[in-house]
Amino acid sequence: MFGAQGRAVHQCDRGWAPVFLDREQSISLMSVGFLLEKPDEAVVWRGPKKNALIKQFVSDVAWGELDYLVVDTPPGTSDEHMATIEALRPYQPLGALVVTTPQAVSVGDVRRELTFCRKTGVRVMGVVENMSGFTCPHCTECTSVFSRGGGEELARLAGVPFLGSVPLDPELTRSLEEGHDFIREFPGSPTFAALTSIARRILDATPTCLP
Amino acid sequence: MEEVPHDCPGADSAQAGRGASCQGCPNQRLCASGAGATPDPAIEEIKEKMKTVKHKILVLSGKGGVGKSTFSAHLAHGLAEDENTQIALLDIDICGPSIPKIMGLEGEQYVEDNLGVMSVGFLLSSPDDAVIWRGPKKNGMIKQFLRDVDWGEVDYLIVDTPPGTSDEHLSVVQYLAAARIDGAVIITTPQEVSLQDVRKEINFCRKVKLPIIGVVENMSGFICPKCKKESQIFPPTTGGAELMCQDLEVPLLGRVPLDPLIGKNCDKGQSFFIDAPDSPATLAYRSIIQRIQEFCDLRQSEEENLINS
Repeated sequence: MFGAQGRAVHQCDRGWAPVFLDREQSISLMSVGFLLEKPDEAVVWRGPKKNALIKQFVSDVAWGELDYLVVDTPPGTSDEHMATIEALRPYQPLGALVVTTPQAVSVGDVRRELTFCRKTGVRVMGVVENMSGFTCPHCTECTSVFSRGGGEELARLAGVPFLGSVPLDPELTRSLEEGHDFIREFPGSPTFAALTSIARRILDATPTCLP
Repeated sequence: MEEVPHDCPGADSAQAGRGASCQGCPNQRLCASGAGATPDPAIEEIKEKMKTVKHKILVLSGKGGVGKSTFSAHLAHGLAEDENTQIALLDIDICGPSIPKIMGLEGEQYVEDNLGVMSVGFLLSSPDDAVIWRGPKKNGMIKQFLRDVDWGEVDYLIVDTPPGTSDEHLSVVQYLAAARIDGAVIITTPQEVSLQDVRKEINFCRKVKLPIIGVVENMSGFICPKCKKESQIFPPTTGGAELMCQDLEVPLLGRVPLDPLIGKNCDKGQSFFIDAPDSPATLAYRSIIQRIQEFCDLRQSEEENLINS
């Protein structure tokens, strides 16, 4: 999604060097995607092997001075999630952002994710409702393609902050796939406004002094 | 179910019984003796159980959120419309068991007389319960589902999987190895980010010698209910599933457009076909289901010819 496919991960004296996106080195990435010989190679690993790699991603990558480490996880409440929490626990993670789509079927699964956070002692920073409505580019009618309201309802029931709804914008998909910077090219998109607002709330919620 | 340590290397790995995390595990002696390397007796037991199951179809996806469970549910609904066909839907997404909700079940296991469902969701007492299991425990559950459920006479067993290529997928393929799976249906959405994961899924199928029935491109276009014009919510930036299927020589079973009624019906646990019989999405589903049936029938007659020749 960052147009960084094919980049290689190099060893440096402090460990693996993450892949930097820009000359200013303001965003760096690490992913198993960088370690595959071919992009279509399937990673058919059972839990223990995945856990070992996740541990390495946290402890063996030379992240350097970071303000935020954002960890993208697969769906579920299994090996990867447990391994991530175990690896990050010594570093006192700020918390979890839980993403859902509006419909009840999605919320039905995400409730379990919230339980997982509670059981593993991870603070829930808030719920984000993604794919929240689509505005027809021809007539500007907004349709709730994946139902509506589930995210806010979930946050309310679980007693966690509702951070916002992000509407669908095909230009976001296109930008991610064509390597463009969506935020620079479509600042007028309601999706951009929603994402910015959520980012702002996370920034505001970050303590200025960390222990 | 056997209790395994958190860092279990796997009973069939070279480190079985020998790793640091194996110390104190009740299965350590067994693993160290190499017993893990022998075929699991459950495979033969499952083969016996599966003798009354005519066709077995896996529904896979590379990515999450592409509509795999929705598809599995509606494949089951569509096939079950023929009262003489017995359908079973097995949900092996242990951490995210959505099938009970999509099928409108709260613990009963039969949607209709001829459509039965099994899911870990039925074993959870609360909708908030999280299944925080590592691989080996999930695998054990899948084994139990296949071996210990009394499936009876079934024409089609549809297995809904979680996204990806991990424990659940390896386990279901291994446990059904002797019982012969007809094939896999792979669900995707049109954009490259999804297709990229489908290519991995196709490679997984080829690696484990699982026949591919074909690919379904879901959320393929949206017709505005107001102005009736079509938009691409998930643009096929690299040619969509059609081009990918051509490149990889895999059948494209069909494209299902986005219809907001699909989500609404899944939320209510109803069949979308009943609510919107004339929707382009319903028509697309029916055509795809027919192609899946044709594939299964063809495989069956090929096998019968082989046996008779």
